[in-house]
Amino acid sequence: MNHLRPFTLAWCLLIALTLAFLALQRWAGWLVVYPESWVMPITPLLNSFMEWCVDVFGPFFRAISSALSIPMSAVREFLNWLPWSVTLTLVTFAAYAVSGWQLAIFSFISVLYMVVIGYWHESMNSLALVAISVPLAVLVGFALGTLAFYSDRAERAIKPTMDLLQTVPAFAYLLPILLLFGFGPVVGLIASVLYAFPPTVRNTMLGLRRVPQEVIEAGLMSGATAPQLFWRVRVPSAMRQILLGVNQTTMAAFSMVIIASIIGGTADIGWEVLSTMRKAQFGESLLAGIVIALMAMVMDRITAAAATAEPKEPVLDESFASRHRMWLIAAGLGIGVALLAQVLPFLNEYPRSWEIFPARYLNDAVTYIVVEFADLISMIKTAAFFFVMLPVKIGLQETISPFTWGFEFTTTLKLAYAAAAVALIGLTAWRRGMMAALFVAFCATLLYFGLTRLPWPTLLAMATLLSWQLSGPKLALGTFLGLGFIIISGVWPQALLSIYLCGLAVLLSFAIGATLGILASEFDGLSAILRPVNDTLQTMPLFVLLIPFLMIFKIGEFTALLAIMAYAIVPAIRYAEHGLRNIPAHVIEAATAIGCTRRQLLWRVKLPLALPVMMLGLNQTIMFGIAMLVIAALVGTNGLGQRVYIGLGDGDFGVGIVAGLGMAIIAMIADRMTQAWSQKRQQELGLSSD
Amino acid sequence: MGETKDDVKLSCRNLWKVYKSSAAPYFKSEVGKTGVKELSERMREDGAIPAAADVNFDVHVGEIFVIMGLSGSGKSTVVRCLSRLIEATHGEVVLDGEDLLKKSDKDLIDIRRHKMGMVFQNFGLMPHLSVFDNIAFPLSLQGLPRKEQIEKARRVIELVGLEGRETAYPRQLSGGQQQRVGIARSLAIEPEIWFLDEPFSALDPLIRRQMQDEFLRIQRSLRKSIVFITHDFLEALRIADRMMIMRDGQVVQMGTPAELIVNPADDYVAEFTEEVPMVRVLKARNVIDPDAQPADTMPEQDSERSVEQLLPLLASHKDGIRIMRDGAVMGVVTAGSVISALAHQDTHRGAEVPA
Repeated sequence: MNHLRPFTLAWCLLIALTLAFLALQRWAGWLVVYPESWVMPITPLLNSFMEWCVDVFGPFFRAISSALSIPMSAVREFLNWLPWSVTLTLVTFAAYAVSGWQLAIFSFISVLYMVVIGYWHESMNSLALVAISVPLAVLVGFALGTLAFYSDRAERAIKPTMDLLQTVPAFAYLLPILLLFGFGPVVGLIASVLYAFPPTVRNTMLGLRRVPQEVIEAGLMSGATAPQLFWRVRVPSAMRQILLGVNQTTMAAFSMVIIASIIGGTADIGWEVLSTMRKAQFGESLLAGIVIALMAMVMDRITAAAATAEPKEPVLDESFASRHRMWLIAAGLGIGVALLAQVLPFLNEYPRSWEIFPARYLNDAVTYIVVEFADLISMIKTAAFFFVMLPVKIGLQETISPFTWGFEFTTTLKLAYAAAAVALIGLTAWRRGMMAALFVAFCATLLYFGLTRLPWPTLLAMATLLSWQLSGPKLALGTFLGLGFIIISGVWPQALLSIYLCGLAVLLSFAIGATLGILASEFDGLSAILRPVNDTLQTMPLFVLLIPFLMIFKIGEFTALLAIMAYAIVPAIRYAEHGLRNIPAHVIEAATAIGCTRRQLLWRVKLPLALPVMMLGLNQTIMFGIAMLVIAALVGTNGLGQRVYIGLGDGDFGVGIVAGLGMAIIAMIADRMTQAWSQKRQQELGLSSD
Repeated sequence: MGETKDDVKLSCRNLWKVYKSSAAPYFKSEVGKTGVKELSERMREDGAIPAAADVNFDVHVGEIFVIMGLSGSGKSTVVRCLSRLIEATHGEVVLDGEDLLKKSDKDLIDIRRHKMGMVFQNFGLMPHLSVFDNIAFPLSLQGLPRKEQIEKARRVIELVGLEGRETAYPRQLSGGQQQRVGIARSLAIEPEIWFLDEPFSALDPLIRRQMQDEFLRIQRSLRKSIVFITHDFLEALRIADRMMIMRDGQVVQMGTPAELIVNPADDYVAEFTEEVPMVRVLKARNVIDPDAQPADTMPEQDSERSVEQLLPLLASHKDGIRIMRDGAVMGVVTAGSVISALAHQDTHRGAEVPA
């Protein structure tokens, strides 16, 4: 523990400084709040840079845009022209061919839902965007992945770019694309290609790397030329992994297509959800949201099944017909149903009068619930707000008042709080050591003053120190520069608001999620229930998650908190269960043989060993939380997400991109910190392979 | 092809493979002047790793040449230099009189397509191809018409006994079956030189034994020139016509299995031979009694018979057995000579090989 000494000292100093700065606030406000006049003109600079870009490269990008719009509108028109019955048949058959009856039935019902509910053409417009953007993204991703596989230098350039593209919130780069490529559905296309290609790159690289050396050598000894070695040995051997990448790319492309509909003018299903949500027609938006969720699930299951499908036993003297049997059947079915649709017109265009649209009943039901349980709902909401959210945000100091907590925060009470805090710190120092005591001291300070009221210089220093402690000087420098950028560009207060909301959501999700995960690892029944729920939550486009919470709790931070938690809880559950279930069997056997009870086994053997994996779950929880944060800005949060949204709405490139970069910076720092910690622990335990 | 058993098929001359750091300066000035041991030592001190140091051997037509060594001894490096999966740092690999290391990439591909076959420890099968397509893979790379591919592949499938499994995928097969696919694939192009890199090491002991027998059976009908890598001394003894033991990248000893057992070059080799059942490895010609005279009453036995096979005859013919080679009497084996040879082994390892 000796090597921790300097860190302990530094933490003591920083907490003391924090208190000192807060005490001096009245005389030297800049110690706590970064002065407006110190903000660098980064936003205007970025705006004029963008203007220059649009002037210089505009025509070039617009040419691309119009070139892309040709195949796009072709696919769009084709999908809309195709009788719904043909699409239904082909999707169902595809599901059957790659997986089996179960998926075929699920796909059939899902597609039928789109038809019956009356969102057929909206769905097809979204699908058209996906149909164009996925091949493009896969092409780009495969090319870059191959490049990165062969050239280390290319890999060093591609990896951080991908990190940035995936951590900068999608909203933030809709605007530059809008400015460069001009208004229209092409924006959604470009954005979804940009957002969706990284998984293919990663999986292509991974797949190519994992081809066993001996397989390559066998290829070489069979006399393969360089192109033969690549196309006939490396790529086919890596195909499974590459297809997993295609599956992830498809899902990312689809979620971006939905997000991009916020620009409007596309008449697709995402727009339907958004516009109804804005008009507070939650029944309608839920029905449209279900369409999105079903589309996502069908696409996910079909592409995933295609990736993992076992090859069928080949026939040796195969003819053309037997080799392409499935394709021929599909074509036959398609043409057959198309011909039938000529005779029976309802198979061609689903009659309006047959549509079932139960939005009104849904709305009535929701209204009933909201009115009937109004007291309960508002109680939950205010309790969470006054007793949990506000203290973290602005501190007990400002939260406690007769209006909120029912009593005054008198000096006596303040002194009592301070005394209790000191006592707790002392107790922790005695029982758990200095570092834990310091952590308690920090929490006590935070709870009293509120995260958003803490002085910026010490927060910056603390984050830097933490990075150093967890990883090393390199990450510390990165943290310092990244947060420094947020501070001098003047979005620090918003960043703190984001950290507060996201942090709270992550903390709660992780606590609840890890508990569920631990229980699921002990009880198979719970695990079986949780699995499909997790799958569904994870494939659901983020938008849709907002709707149910919005219906009941209306607009506000609490709704945002719940929506973020609903999404971020998934990895916490999954990693906890995975970590606990994958502990080497011999360790468990040894512990059992020694005579551990089930409880001892869990607390003293399994949990310590699973902790690194659970930390990776925390990492993912944070990433998911940040991703959802931006979407949650739609239902009324302040912070960086809201700034991104404002930037998009006002067409202010600088505002949007600074806020977007800010979120990316926070995400990347949090990512590196948790990863570093988990790796360190894993190596200490000898569990990691590298 | 007009090749006879004594022709050299493949010859490895002063082969070096040095990892890390440029070893070029050593090869300009010092190879041949400084001893191999000292030179390797000096390279190690400079942070380089000589994985193969001055390796020399010939492989004759139709011969099984085994390279035996523990892991890290450089045996796999050597076989990969021979096939140029790894580029050697220095030396020559002469195949049919031409230096392989000087061939262009195009020529090399051509040689691999027509002259070389290789079998790998973990099989190296293409996971996405069926058994049949794996075996026909080298043929299809050459662009042969499908009909010819099927015909040639059928022949080797029959040879290794995989009929009926053609449409299976590698992961559906047992280890032994997978290696049969590997062997069939390497033989499909009818190679002249056959490399086997620990082909049976990943298999269970019983299957290993069975595959060794299969391998010897195949070799009896094909008479390929073979370089066989193994870390298993007993496997080497069973299979080798001649063998070479490597350690730390250097050749420790080379000779026939019997020569190695009877006369291990140093304690390292001797350690391997300790557990070897002598009566099985020693051949009749190794235990000839120099003092005994042949008599017509003695039974005749071939010089390649193992001592174990002679024992029952010796029990009934106290005066000895005539040992024949190429129709002529080579000498006489007596109970005394066998006992003294075996006793010799256990007490004085490193003694002279009986003529």
